[in-house]
Amino acid sequence: MSDLTELSLTEARDALAKGDTTAVELTDAYIGAMAQAGDLNAFITETPEIARDMAKASDARRAEGKAGAMEGLPLGIKDLFCTKDVLTTAASHILDGFKPPYESTVTTNLWRDGAVMLGKLNLDEFAMGSSNETSFYGNVVNPWRKGNGEAALVPGGSSGGSATAVSARLAVAATGTDTGGSIRQPAAFTGIVGMKPTYGRCSRFGVVAFASSLDQAGPMTRTVRDAAVMLGSMAGFDPKDSTSVDMAVPDFEAALTGDIRGMKIGIPQEYRIDGTPAEIDALWRQGEQWLKDAGAEIVPISLAYTKYALPTYYIVAPAEASSNLARYDGMRFGLRVEGENLTDTYESTRAQGFGHEVQKRVMIGTYVLSAGYYDAYYLKAQKIRTLIQQDFDQAFQQVDAILTPTAPSAAFAAGEKSGDPIAMYLNDVFTVPASLAGLPGISVPAGMSDDGLPLGLQILGRPFDEETVFKVGAVLEDASGFNGKADKWWVK
Amino acid sequence: MSLLKGATGDWEVVIGLEVHAQISSNAKLFSGAATDFGAEPNTQVSTVDAGMPGMLPTINEYCVEQAVKTGFGLNAEINLYSVFDRKNYFYPDLPQGYQISQFKQPIVGRGHMDIVLPDGSTKRIGVERLHLEQDAGKSVHDQHPDMSYVDLNRSGVALMEIVSDPDMRSADEAAAYVDKMRQIVRYLGTCNGVMAEGSMRADCNVSVRKPGDALGTRCEIKNVNSIRFIKQAIEYEARRQIDVIEDGGTIDQETRLFDTAKGETRSMRSKEEAHDYRYFPDPDLLPLEIDQAWVDHIQANLPELPDAKKQRFMDDFGLSEYDATTLTSDRVSADFYEAVADGRDPKIACNWVTTDLFGFLNKSGKSIDESPVAAKQLGQLIDRIADNTISGRIAKEVFEVMCDTSQDPDAIIEEKGLKQVTDESAITAIVDEVIASAPDKVEQIRAGKDKLLGWFTGQVMKASQGKANPQAVNKILREKILG
Repeated sequence: MSDLTELSLTEARDALAKGDTTAVELTDAYIGAMAQAGDLNAFITETPEIARDMAKASDARRAEGKAGAMEGLPLGIKDLFCTKDVLTTAASHILDGFKPPYESTVTTNLWRDGAVMLGKLNLDEFAMGSSNETSFYGNVVNPWRKGNGEAALVPGGSSGGSATAVSARLAVAATGTDTGGSIRQPAAFTGIVGMKPTYGRCSRFGVVAFASSLDQAGPMTRTVRDAAVMLGSMAGFDPKDSTSVDMAVPDFEAALTGDIRGMKIGIPQEYRIDGTPAEIDALWRQGEQWLKDAGAEIVPISLAYTKYALPTYYIVAPAEASSNLARYDGMRFGLRVEGENLTDTYESTRAQGFGHEVQKRVMIGTYVLSAGYYDAYYLKAQKIRTLIQQDFDQAFQQVDAILTPTAPSAAFAAGEKSGDPIAMYLNDVFTVPASLAGLPGISVPAGMSDDGLPLGLQILGRPFDEETVFKVGAVLEDASGFNGKADKWWVK
Repeated sequence: MSLLKGATGDWEVVIGLEVHAQISSNAKLFSGAATDFGAEPNTQVSTVDAGMPGMLPTINEYCVEQAVKTGFGLNAEINLYSVFDRKNYFYPDLPQGYQISQFKQPIVGRGHMDIVLPDGSTKRIGVERLHLEQDAGKSVHDQHPDMSYVDLNRSGVALMEIVSDPDMRSADEAAAYVDKMRQIVRYLGTCNGVMAEGSMRADCNVSVRKPGDALGTRCEIKNVNSIRFIKQAIEYEARRQIDVIEDGGTIDQETRLFDTAKGETRSMRSKEEAHDYRYFPDPDLLPLEIDQAWVDHIQANLPELPDAKKQRFMDDFGLSEYDATTLTSDRVSADFYEAVADGRDPKIACNWVTTDLFGFLNKSGKSIDESPVAAKQLGQLIDRIADNTISGRIAKEVFEVMCDTSQDPDAIIEEKGLKQVTDESAITAIVDEVIASAPDKVEQIRAGKDKLLGWFTGQVMKASQGKANPQAVNKILREKILG
């Protein structure tokens, strides 16, 4: 076989099943690719020894006829998932040296099904960012470049390392987490598939928390089929997470029938935002057409509260984050900067341990929860969140799925928006509403920008109806015929 | 109404209490870690309690059941829907940086408790709410010259915070309230009530006013951990406030602590320095929804509560209110008494339990749980009096031995040969001897000095080493002397 890293997850699965390759061979191919991709800075911690051991064990299981659904498939793990005895940083200085004595439920599930860990992937610090420029471990670089340019582009965020790793063939797939778009937007920026399942579908146990009511783990893969298989392994009820939902996990791959005839697809009018580049709008209309051609009915819908989604998100998420991040106090693990007294130690530790974006959000969150501001900000945001959910509830009485662009632009240059928080936050304008409503959403690569960069379209579905989301996503993927990949300019 | 005298007239003290009661449970409120008191530091700590990254709380259903039970003990409304909130503040013994508590929607709503005042009258104290929350760890400041240590064993332990209305008007009422609360939770088995171990402690809100005036500004005395200290702290604080006001000052709303060594309260922080706790619903926990059938089941299986038991002891056993109150002060005593009284004269049983047994326990500093005499054994002793095996006087001797050795009364009676002599011929022989030894006294009795009969009884009992049946002795003496 020529280059094993070119196989998608399901192709590799089938090749392993047929005995065309082994987990060890496949893993070695990825370890080789990782070794050449330092310029992309996708990994914070590479774990080749662990990977080889896991691959050997996987081949042994297969030999005994005990292959799981993810048997032998080498994955990158976003460094927000706690991995037992392996450095877990959340891309923050404040977690220096932190090796958790426990494993997240999602990764436990993946290892249970035979997957192999290649390492821990870079991200925005504590998953706060849309460009992977806030990591203590440096920016992640998008494997894609504009035309013949050499300027580094961002991979999106916060799951930037995951997106780059999958796009650049450094892992067959990767885990991501999505709080306001952190799986879908980087997937769109790097030409891969990113699936955020329904809130409650995957356990949050062992995932470093950013905003608990929004955080949700999901797969980042090369194809919709890959995502369906991988989510099937990641998902499931977990008694250790009170917000995980006790529902059977369907066979998502079986949902990929390709048949969407008679299905109603909603096009939210409020998502046509002034200033959206024409190429994004054109791709969206193209998406409509593809789905119509496949036999679906296109239905204009209204999601009236859409324009309040972004401000609502930027109140709710920082509020929860300000409390979730209080445990990083230098007392029990990670960084401690000794001060004159207790308060000084707290302040020095957190001032040096947290980067600017994290500090900003902790301060915003603290402010909106403060006495005298709570009602005006946090409480009002919660009410609007309910209205946004009701918008979707009503829409889903008319339609089976909703089609939107994933992001308002293609990948941008590093530094281009980092000085302008509003422009940066606007990246999440199409992804945040579904996050607030807890809905499943997928970003599928559907076309190219004028600059030769991948663009994504997003499908949203009803709560716990990932099957429809996958089904429609696969039709879109198929119709677009997207098979672009970046030139491996980083390989010397 | 108990008023305090001041230079400007009488003052009324107004007290509300927030009692923190540790729920009796083998596991913590949101983690499976154990809760044993006195364990080595940091040995009862899960990764959840230590606030490790990515760890999530999951509610312990048993603790919820305990709170519901306690709610019934307080005659309170049970809320089928309640919400856990985060109370945010930084301290090294608070690993998560927030305490999970219930702020706006507690699990238990309004209720009340009747307390008995020193004069025997009853007063109803309103209970505003009961909510569930987790305890913090413990900071230890005296182990190292310039460092503090933290013990997280308590971190995450389930507490009930029970908030009263400001219905109490004296330190005695506050003490009676806490005592009654302690009695109720111990009856229910929802808290062991051991204040010395911190299982129950109270924040005391105290203000003073001239009778009939609006409420004064209150001060909160934090974490007082014995009933005696609660009384002292309130008395001190009320007097301090009266003095401040009478000296032309005003009371600042503040948090104070009680210095047990000096017997005084001291300012901890003023209202301005108070934390902004930034309460908000904990997004890691869904609202707590419990169903009516489960609540009904808990209610149907509640143990008998002290007030009901006391009434039953008065109605069914004919005990005085005083005795019934004593016996029902805690469930173990009441159960002990009921076992002794089972099938026996309830008043005689009451005398033995309250006078002899409690007397012994008091003297030897033991609790009823540590009684060397089992209820069954005490019952047997009473049976031996009833069936004339021993006299009441010998029974006291046997009881003393029981207290020393925990032996069965029958074994002691057998071993020491204390069985009462009821054989009339044997008694008659002794009586004859005694009469023969004191003919003058016999004459005096016959001349009308009946009282001397007692002297003869004593002599006969003495000669029989107390084993002669006193009724038989009296009967024979009367026959012999008075014919």
